[in-house]
Amino acid sequence: MSTSTGNDPNRRSRRSNPDRDVEEWHGKYLPYDLVKEFLVALLVVVILVVGLSVVFSSPDEKPVTVKSWSTSNPVDFAQTAITELDGTSGTAMYGPPYNSTPGASQSIGPFSPERWLGVHHPIDTANNYVLSPLKSLPGQPGLDAAITTYTSASSAQQASWNAAYEKAVANATFPQGALKVPTGSYGPVGTMIGSLTSMARSGALDGALLSSRQFYGTDYTKPLLFIADGTYLANLAQSQHLSGDQWGMMNETGNYPGQAWLWLYTLWYQVPPMNASASGDLQVWAIMMGLTLLLALVPFIPGLRSIPRWSRIYRIIWRQHYRDISGRAPSGGKGPTATGSPPSHQPGTA
Amino acid sequence: MTVETDSDTDVPVDVSADLPEDAEQWTAKLRHAAVEALPPQRLMPDRQPAYVASWIYVFGVLTIAALAVVILTGMVLAIFGPTWWHVSSTGLFVNSLHLWSVEVFFFAMVVHLWGKFFMAAWRGRRRATWITGVVSFVVSVGAAFTGYLSQQNFDSQWISTQAKDGINSTGAGAIFNVTNFGQMLMWHIMLLPLAVVLLVGVHVLLVRRRGVVPPFAPPDQLGKGVEIAGPEATMTLGDEP
Amino acid sequence: MQMLGAVLGNLLGSLINLNGSGHYVHWGFIQISVANLVLIGLMVVVFVAAILIPFRRHGGGDQ
Repeated sequence: MSTSTGNDPNRRSRRSNPDRDVEEWHGKYLPYDLVKEFLVALLVVVILVVGLSVVFSSPDEKPVTVKSWSTSNPVDFAQTAITELDGTSGTAMYGPPYNSTPGASQSIGPFSPERWLGVHHPIDTANNYVLSPLKSLPGQPGLDAAITTYTSASSAQQASWNAAYEKAVANATFPQGALKVPTGSYGPVGTMIGSLTSMARSGALDGALLSSRQFYGTDYTKPLLFIADGTYLANLAQSQHLSGDQWGMMNETGNYPGQAWLWLYTLWYQVPPMNASASGDLQVWAIMMGLTLLLALVPFIPGLRSIPRWSRIYRIIWRQHYRDISGRAPSGGKGPTATGSPPSHQPGTA
Repeated sequence: MTVETDSDTDVPVDVSADLPEDAEQWTAKLRHAAVEALPPQRLMPDRQPAYVASWIYVFGVLTIAALAVVILTGMVLAIFGPTWWHVSSTGLFVNSLHLWSVEVFFFAMVVHLWGKFFMAAWRGRRRATWITGVVSFVVSVGAAFTGYLSQQNFDSQWISTQAKDGINSTGAGAIFNVTNFGQMLMWHIMLLPLAVVLLVGVHVLLVRRRGVVPPFAPPDQLGKGVEIAGPEATMTLGDEP
Repeated sequence: MQMLGAVLGNLLGSLINLNGSGHYVHWGFIQISVANLVLIGLMVVVFVAAILIPFRRHGGGDQ
């Protein structure tokens, strides 16, 4: 509708666009105590929040540890551990920012910021999750010998042992507190993973992963990624309806309300092609960034910015105002030209 | 009127008198600009246009009130440290206050957003107000997210190991490491609250500067594309031509 | 203070226990928790109420 843009003060005239422009108010003002309003609002919020807290409290589900995981499901732990050693775990094959697995980065066409930014939090799963923790165990000559055998073998030999163990551990059991893996030609790997499982069940692996380089740790990346490579954490999440394909991003444990404001973000993960694409995350982020930009720029977008006027909901909001002015001249009231503070309050009727 | 004494002569010297104002001074210039943009009556008005008469108008201040409670309860949690709420029932209660005030905060903000959208509140050079509102919303989501990451329980374990995929895909994971508790906690209690407060502050100052958006023209006058003689008709109170 | 918190926490925190298995609504491809649905529903109700309920002003309103 409007044929002009910009606010050039030299323009003599331009067409007004009701979705962009509005004639400023020269009409009546009424007393409005903002400070009192804020304090009342504060009181209302405090009462509401205290009430909700007293009635519902808040959730606090205990965290999973490597110890609780391996105690609860030692076979799953061992199955995960071998994939860390042989580099086929989720973390090992993740690519940047943890390691440089080729082709692992998400992309949209040539656009792949994950690859461009590169490795910033290096994780070498074989060393970080298996070999270094095992080497830190004192007084274990049998284990030390197994580690030496493994590390001094050729990579082809290591790969052969790893593959054999991975195949065997698929049928592993845990009777009477010890890992029982069907026999196979996996050399020292059986001893290593068995020891690692015991170390995990004792709680020592949790500590080793966190404090491997420093006493005061606040970065839980390594233990978290290890735990997430297994199925234990994911199964717990699934049972709490927190999985990605369950719209889990919006949810909280138990019956607590979650993050309802993430509804649109998680919606895209449920629909094709994002729900099946290897670059689904990047695709969803691109969509959300685009939509957020659209929301921010609504004032500039014809059609979108006309929705309020078309919907006519404003007629309900301002119904008193329209009643008040319907008896007056169509110009909407000519008060004194306001260049500073608003005109003084006129008591009485509209 | 501040009175100091000249140390050499012990003669009282009024620092605000006698000196001619140096209009080239940055301090003076900044003060002039601030007072001109927001004179006291406009910064803290005691009246509003008559059309500000609907309950929908209270949701902005409700959002701010909720934010105040979020920050206050967050401060109590900070006093006792991140482990407190796991080991103390008082701590758990304060954590509940913090969580529910966040829910109230987003509830009020969304209702405020809906109201402002259907009022087309960006009209009349109020686009910056709208934009700062949207950005405040987005940054608040980020602040809440880092809060969920700082819980040090099962929930934060799951959220961090899931969210890392989305964030890593954008390349931001190289710096913003959601599994790094220490980093996420510092973003949550310092950087993001500061950003939210600054954005909300600018947003509110813009509302004071431009005033609450007037209603659409009555139905019989709407959409006529009336020629307006010069830019005064869309200028807000107190603008220079 | 610790005791007060303990009393409050134990006595009233379990007034309505929201821990335990959650309840979910499945509608087509949408899955939403009852809690979130209630919250969103409330938002809509509050919004509609806010624009419908009259707001009395000093010196204004329906005179």
